[in-house]
Amino acid sequence: MAGYLIGLMALAALVSAFVGSWRARQKRDAARGSKSHSRPIYHGLNAAIWTGVPAFVFILIWLLFQNGIVDALVIASFPGSDQLSGPQQDLLISEIRQVASGTIFKEPSAEVLAAVEHLRSLEVLATWAMVALVAALVAIGAFLGYRAIEHRFRARHSVERSVTWFMMFSSLVAILTTAGIVGSLVYEALLFFARVPVTEFLFGLRWEPQIAIRADQVAGQGAFGMIPVLFGTLVISALAMAVAVPTGILSAIYLTEYADHRFRAAVKPLLEILAGIPTIVYGFFAVLTVAPAIRSLGLSLGIDAAPNSALAAGGVMGVMLIPFISSLSDDAFAAVPRAMRDGSYALGATKGETIRKVLLPAALPGIVGGVLLALSRAVGETMIVVMAAGLIAKMTLNPFDSVTTVTVQIVTLLIGDSEFDNPKTLAAFALGLMLFIITLGLNLIALRTVRKYREKY
Amino acid sequence: MAISDATPAGTGGLVAWKSDAMAARRKARYAADRRLQIYGMVAIAFALGFLATLVGTLIYTGSNAFRQSMVTIDIDFSAAEFDRQNPMEANWRNIFRDAVRDDIGELSRSDERDYFSLFTSSAPFLIRDRILAEPALLDGRATFVVPLSDPFDQLAKGLVNTDLPEDQRRVTDKQIEFYNALEQQGAISRPFNWALLFNSDSRFPELAGLAGAISGSFWLLLVCFLISFPVGIAAAIYLEEFAPKNRITDLIEININNLAAVPSVVFGLLGLAVFLGTFGLPRSAPIVGGMVLALMTLPTIIIVTRAALTSVPSSIREAALGVGASKHEAIFHHILPLAMPSIMTGTIIGLAQALGETAPLLLIGMNAFITSPPEGVFEASTALPTQIYIWADSPERGFVARTSAAILVLLGFLVVMNGIAIFLRQRFERRW
Repeated sequence: MAGYLIGLMALAALVSAFVGSWRARQKRDAARGSKSHSRPIYHGLNAAIWTGVPAFVFILIWLLFQNGIVDALVIASFPGSDQLSGPQQDLLISEIRQVASGTIFKEPSAEVLAAVEHLRSLEVLATWAMVALVAALVAIGAFLGYRAIEHRFRARHSVERSVTWFMMFSSLVAILTTAGIVGSLVYEALLFFARVPVTEFLFGLRWEPQIAIRADQVAGQGAFGMIPVLFGTLVISALAMAVAVPTGILSAIYLTEYADHRFRAAVKPLLEILAGIPTIVYGFFAVLTVAPAIRSLGLSLGIDAAPNSALAAGGVMGVMLIPFISSLSDDAFAAVPRAMRDGSYALGATKGETIRKVLLPAALPGIVGGVLLALSRAVGETMIVVMAAGLIAKMTLNPFDSVTTVTVQIVTLLIGDSEFDNPKTLAAFALGLMLFIITLGLNLIALRTVRKYREKY
Repeated sequence: MAISDATPAGTGGLVAWKSDAMAARRKARYAADRRLQIYGMVAIAFALGFLATLVGTLIYTGSNAFRQSMVTIDIDFSAAEFDRQNPMEANWRNIFRDAVRDDIGELSRSDERDYFSLFTSSAPFLIRDRILAEPALLDGRATFVVPLSDPFDQLAKGLVNTDLPEDQRRVTDKQIEFYNALEQQGAISRPFNWALLFNSDSRFPELAGLAGAISGSFWLLLVCFLISFPVGIAAAIYLEEFAPKNRITDLIEININNLAAVPSVVFGLLGLAVFLGTFGLPRSAPIVGGMVLALMTLPTIIIVTRAALTSVPSSIREAALGVGASKHEAIFHHILPLAMPSIMTGTIIGLAQALGETAPLLLIGMNAFITSPPEGVFEASTALPTQIYIWADSPERGFVARTSAAILVLLGFLVVMNGIAIFLRQRFERRW
C-alpha cells in the first residue's frame, strides 16, 4: 500500500514539475522584456519539492510509528490488559498478530478473536487515514508550489535551500547512527545491569547464559561473568595476529622492496582478493577443511585437539587479515622519505639491512597503527568464529582447545526469536556494548598513532 | 653493525676489505639479505597458497552440486482412481505408489520401503504438478524425471564408500541393488542442476535451491542502494563543499571514520533494538536488512565521494563560477558529473561488501526457513550469505556440496560486481 502511495506521490511531483515549468515559461513570456531570476525548470523543481517532499516525509514517519500505535491501542482495549507486565503484553500482541495473519497454532480465545477484529479495523482505518492525509498534503503542497510561481520569484534559491537542507540532514545520518548504536546498547545494557550487577558482569569468571533461563539462576551466581568470553576473544585474536602480522609485514616488505614491478602488479590484487572474500566463506572453509586438518595434526602429535579448536578459527581469521596489514604496512613503507633509504645505501648497507635498521623503525608507528586496526577487526569479526569456534566459555591458553568469543555469544544469544525482557537477550547487548567500547578504543588509538607519525615527516 | 668491530687491530683504522674475515662477514650479510627475501616469498606463497586451497576446495566440493542425479520412470496413470475433476485434492502419495507398484510387481514391505526411498520424498508432488500442467499425461503411459533422494544422489556421484560394512553407510545393500538395476536400465541421468538456481529452500537437499536467497539479496541491495547512494553523496558534498569548519563538522568526520570500523554485528544489534524493537518493523524483512546494510555502506560511500570530489581540479569549479553559475550549479552541473565514475566504482565495491555481510542479517532474523522467494521488501526472506549459513548448519550430506555451490554462486556475483567496478574505473575514470 505504502509502495503504491509513494509511487503515486512521485508521479504527482513529476506532474507538478512539468506543470510548474510550463506555467513559469508562460509567465516569462507574458512579462516580455523584463528579466527573470530563475529558469523555468527551477520553478518546476520547486513545485515538485513542495508537492512530494512533505508527503514523503509524512509517509516515512507514519510507517515507522503505525505498528507501535496500533499495537498500543489493541492492547489498551484488550480486557484485563492493565494487569499484564510489558513482556506479557508483547507476547499477547504477537499472538494476536499471528492469528490475524492466519497462522494459528491453537484455537484462539474469544477475547483474542475480538482483538484481531479490532486490530484489522484499526489497520484499515490507519491505511485510509494515511491515504487521505497524504492526498491532502500533496494537494496543499502542489497548490502552494503552484501559487509561488511568479515571474520575479527566486525559485532557484528556494530549490538550492531545500537541497542544502537535505545535504545537512544526510551528513547528520552518521551522527544519528552512532547515537542510535550507543543509545540502544546502553539502554539495553542498563536493563541487563538492573538484573545482573555490573561487577558480576565485568569481573565474573563464569559464563553460562543458557542455564540462566531458569528463574533460580537469574539472581546471579556469576553465570554472566564476561571474563572467560573476553579471554576467549583475546586467545583467538592473538592467534589471528600471530598469523597475520608476520605474514603481512613480510609480504609487504617483499612486494615494496624486492619484487619487480610486474610481480607486484600481479600479486597485490591477488592478495587483496583475500580481503574481499565474505567472512562466512572463511568460516565454512575453516569448518570444512582447516579444523579437521588441525584435528588430525593434533592427533598425530599426540594432542587431543577439539573439533572446533581456537587454532582453526584464529588461523583462518589471520589469513583474512593478511592483506589488511600488508597494505597498511605498504603505505607506511612508502611514507618513509627517500633520503633515509638512500642514506643507508650510501653507507654500504645491503637491502636487508636497510629494511631492518632504517625502514622498519621509521615505519613502525604506521605499522603499529595498522596492527591495532587489524586487531580491532579480529575482535569484532563474527562469522568465522560463529561457524568455527566453540560455544562453551573456557579459560584456556591451549590453541587446540575450543574457546568462545564475544561475537559468538552475541549471535547465539540473539538468534531465533528473542524477547527483550530475558536477561539472556539483554546480556547480548551488554556484550555488544563492551565490544563497541573495545573496538572504538582500538580504532582511536590506531588512528592517533598513524596521524602522529604522519606529522613527523 | 659497527664496522670498527671488524677492523683488525694495528691497521691504523684502515679496514682490510680483502681479508677472509671481511669476506665471511660480507657473505653473512648477503645471506641475511637473501633470508629476508626468502621469508617474504614464503609469506606471499603462504597467503596465495591459502587462497588457492580455499577456491580449489570450494570448487571441488561444490562442483558436485551443480549436477543432480535424476531417475526417469515410466508410469501409467490411466488406471489410477481419483477424482479427475479435482486432482489437487487426491492422495498423490498413494497414486504414485500404486502406479509404480503395477510396474515393478509385488515386493515385500521392507523391500518396498527401500525401493521408494530411492526417489525424493516429494516425487508424488512433482508428478502432480506436471500433470496439472499437462492433463493429457493421465491418459496413458508417460515418462517422468524425478530427482533421486540425497543418499542415492551421493551414491550416484560415487561419494558413498560401498566397501564399508552395511550398518556404517546410509544405503543398504538391497537399496544399492535396486539402484544398480535402474542404472543398468539407463534410467539414471545427471543433468545440470537447474533446481539449485530456480528452486527455493527445502529441507531436502535434492530440492533445495537458491532462488529465494538470490531474490532476497536483490531486495536487500536495492534498499541499501536507494538509501546509501543519495544520502552518502549528499553528506559528502555537504562536508566537502558547504560545511563550515567547526566543532560539529569535526565531530561528524571523526564519526564517519569510526563508523567504518564498527564491527558489523553491532550494526545488527542496532537493527534489532531500533528497527525491530522501537519501530516494530517486520522481522526477517529485506527492508530492515537493507536499512542496516545501508548504514554500514554509508561511510564507504561518503569517504569515496569526498575523495572523488577533491580530485576534480579547481579550474573546473572556477570556470563555472566565473561564467556566473551558483555554487550549487557549479557542483551539481560540473563537479559531480566528473566525479561520478569514481563514486560509482566505490559504490559498487561497497555494495559488494554489503552482499557478503552475514552477521547483522542473522540478528534481524534473516536466517529463517522460507520456502518461497519474497515478492517485496516487507516479506520475510533469506539472503545468499544467510542461506549459506543455514545450509552449512544442516546435517544432510547433500548440503555440504550445496553450501560450497552456494558460496561459488555468491563469489560469482562478487566477481561480476567487482569486474563492473574495475571496468568503470578503467573506462571512465579521468586522471587529471
